[in-house]
Amino acid sequence: MDATVSTHWSRNRPQPTALARFFDNKAVLVIICLLPAVGLLTVFLTYPLGLGIWLAFTDQTIGRRGVYVGLENFEFLFTDPIFWNAVFYSVFYTGVATIGKFALGLWLALLLNEHMPFKSFIRAIILLPWIVPTVLSAIAFWWMYDPQFSIISYIFVDVLGWRSENINFLGSEWPARWSLIFANIWRGIPFVAISLLAGLQTISPSLYEAALLDGATPWQRFRHITFPLILPILAIVMTFSIIFTFTDFQLVYAITRGGPVNSTHLLATLAFQRGIPGGQLGEGAAIAVTMVPFLVFATLFSYFALARRKWQQGEGND
Amino acid sequence: MAFNITRRDFSSLGAALGAGLAGAPAFAQSNIQRRDVPAPNLAIERGATLRMLRPVRFVQPDEEVFRANVARFAQQHNIQVRVDFVGWEDINQQTAVTANTGAGPDLIIGFGDAPHVYADKLIELTDVAEYLGNRYGGWKTLAQRYGKRHGTNNWIGLPFGASGGPLVWRQSAVREAGFQSPPDDHASFLRLCQALRRNNKPAGFALGNAVGDGNGFANWLVWSFGGKLVNEDGSVGINSRETIAALNYLRELYPTFVPGTIAWGDISNNRAYASNELFLTSNGVSLYFSLKNDPATRPIADDTQHTLMPKGLASVSPMAGLTLNAMVFRHSRFPNASKALLAFLLETEQYDPWLQANLGYWAQPLNAYNTSATWTSDEKVSIFRDTMDTEFYNGYRGPITEGTAAANADYVMVQMCAAVASGQATPEAAVREAERRAQRFFRRR
Repeated sequence: MDATVSTHWSRNRPQPTALARFFDNKAVLVIICLLPAVGLLTVFLTYPLGLGIWLAFTDQTIGRRGVYVGLENFEFLFTDPIFWNAVFYSVFYTGVATIGKFALGLWLALLLNEHMPFKSFIRAIILLPWIVPTVLSAIAFWWMYDPQFSIISYIFVDVLGWRSENINFLGSEWPARWSLIFANIWRGIPFVAISLLAGLQTISPSLYEAALLDGATPWQRFRHITFPLILPILAIVMTFSIIFTFTDFQLVYAITRGGPVNSTHLLATLAFQRGIPGGQLGEGAAIAVTMVPFLVFATLFSYFALARRKWQQGEGND
Repeated sequence: MAFNITRRDFSSLGAALGAGLAGAPAFAQSNIQRRDVPAPNLAIERGATLRMLRPVRFVQPDEEVFRANVARFAQQHNIQVRVDFVGWEDINQQTAVTANTGAGPDLIIGFGDAPHVYADKLIELTDVAEYLGNRYGGWKTLAQRYGKRHGTNNWIGLPFGASGGPLVWRQSAVREAGFQSPPDDHASFLRLCQALRRNNKPAGFALGNAVGDGNGFANWLVWSFGGKLVNEDGSVGINSRETIAALNYLRELYPTFVPGTIAWGDISNNRAYASNELFLTSNGVSLYFSLKNDPATRPIADDTQHTLMPKGLASVSPMAGLTLNAMVFRHSRFPNASKALLAFLLETEQYDPWLQANLGYWAQPLNAYNTSATWTSDEKVSIFRDTMDTEFYNGYRGPITEGTAAANADYVMVQMCAAVASGQATPEAAVREAERRAQRFFRRR
């Protein structure tokens, strides 16, 4: 056996070429590796966002290039009752729907965490409302809330005979608002439930066993073991949920288009209505920009209020 | 006005027409009178290639006939023409981009106001328009309004047709209420609606965010009392005694409606009418055809009549049609070919089959086509013939501007009416709110 077949063996590593040295340079590597990510973010995130913010300070319409008008759009919006109504409803919608989704979602997660027959199958079924494209479920709700053809009205009027006329879900302010909130909660529960279920399953059973030995009641076990341990995941899920709800568009647009008389406009639907069908791009952009402070506040709130635990940052116990 | 006819409703008819097109034309012969006047001398550029946009068909034969017409033009002049059909919601945006970038299609058939918004990006079509007007008995009032630049005789658009939304009503229900047909004055019309309601066969008009039906009803209401959104000089004129009278009338009229019309979209009245929940409304011809072509609803169609919206205080029925308006862009390298194509499409050999293919959904802009077989094929459709014989248009009585379209799309008039009907606002407050919103759309820039 001849182990030294190689004819060109030398003690020293050959001098790398200039190209190789160039690519071995750490600074160059950093730039090259970052470039795709930075490029994508710039083109698809920073530029549109910047353009949107710029448009908010112009009077651009669809069909005409705008000029810089300073805060004119915002000054108009702050005197516009329709805008303030949209601010109110966006906050109300987000607040009520989030509370509803988390109360019911947490409850559902706790139920799903129990042992029961067909566990996996049921868990899969639960996800359905969330998997169905929003527009489809919105159209289903649109039919259910229809003034003439609502299945709910049909049951109450024609089957049970409890009412003499159809329920007018979308015909006046508050019923329309609650109807949309109900649809949003229905759609949002699975996301919350499945996410919290994942959190529940990371809790070690030994903690519950220890609590049982100490004679803890179910409520005490929930209050002192379950709840603190899923709080971190709760905070993350809530942050996402608040952002999704606040920026909701499809449900409202498909079911009411902001009606009756603008009472169910969210900031997102109002921005679209003014910007695209109404053609007032500048004003629409201004409405969209006013959502940013709300979203930053909501994110910071759920992050700091719910998630500031020392152990989360890798230090001792709470 | 419903833009919501489904293909299913027309599939059988479409198949019949489609089959007919392949061989001899399947269309009835119309007796269109035209004069021989010299055509404008348009030297078609050699090797021209045209690109055209238009809104998508609402029945299959629309597209087939249109494509066949265009193909014939291309063949005759040995040039290339490409037609793209664009969704109704997108055509305004695509027109805007085309106008602003100075690139893209040579010509677009858009909606009524577009040529007025982009007037300085378009070439004048006066020679073609005058030729067609002379040849075909003159342009109708609405066509002149949408075709000519405000206050001039210079044509910047060539209207291709308009779709109207008159009253659609059940003969049996109106008779039962003690009327032969819907009356023309406000007081009697109110009595009719009250009687319909008593008989549990109510009327109903969309007051929700429905671009077609909602605006159609709100405009009718205000116009029929002599009110208007915009004054002749372009200033906002909604805050007037007439508008307030109209809204006070609505307060009496609205309780006679079937419940829920404040939440209605463009399709809602079609569904309610087809299921015997609604007996008088306003809509385009599509509702009638979808009823007629479905055996299950055929009896409703047989009982259905169309009449113009009540005149009220106006001298003619205050209805505006949604208008197709063609324009040629200045950036086109083949302006003559573009103009020649538009003129070609409006000549009898092309236009009449197209009109018939649309079954009355679009009504002609030129008087001579009043005798088209379209309007005799079914007497219940004949009322749509005169859709363009009206002095009313969206944005009446001011010049047509981008504010016109924006106020329409933002439901300024509809929401003024809905706020009063639902009791959320007094007529005075609702009018002031509409004025505030309209002033922003019509502000000078």
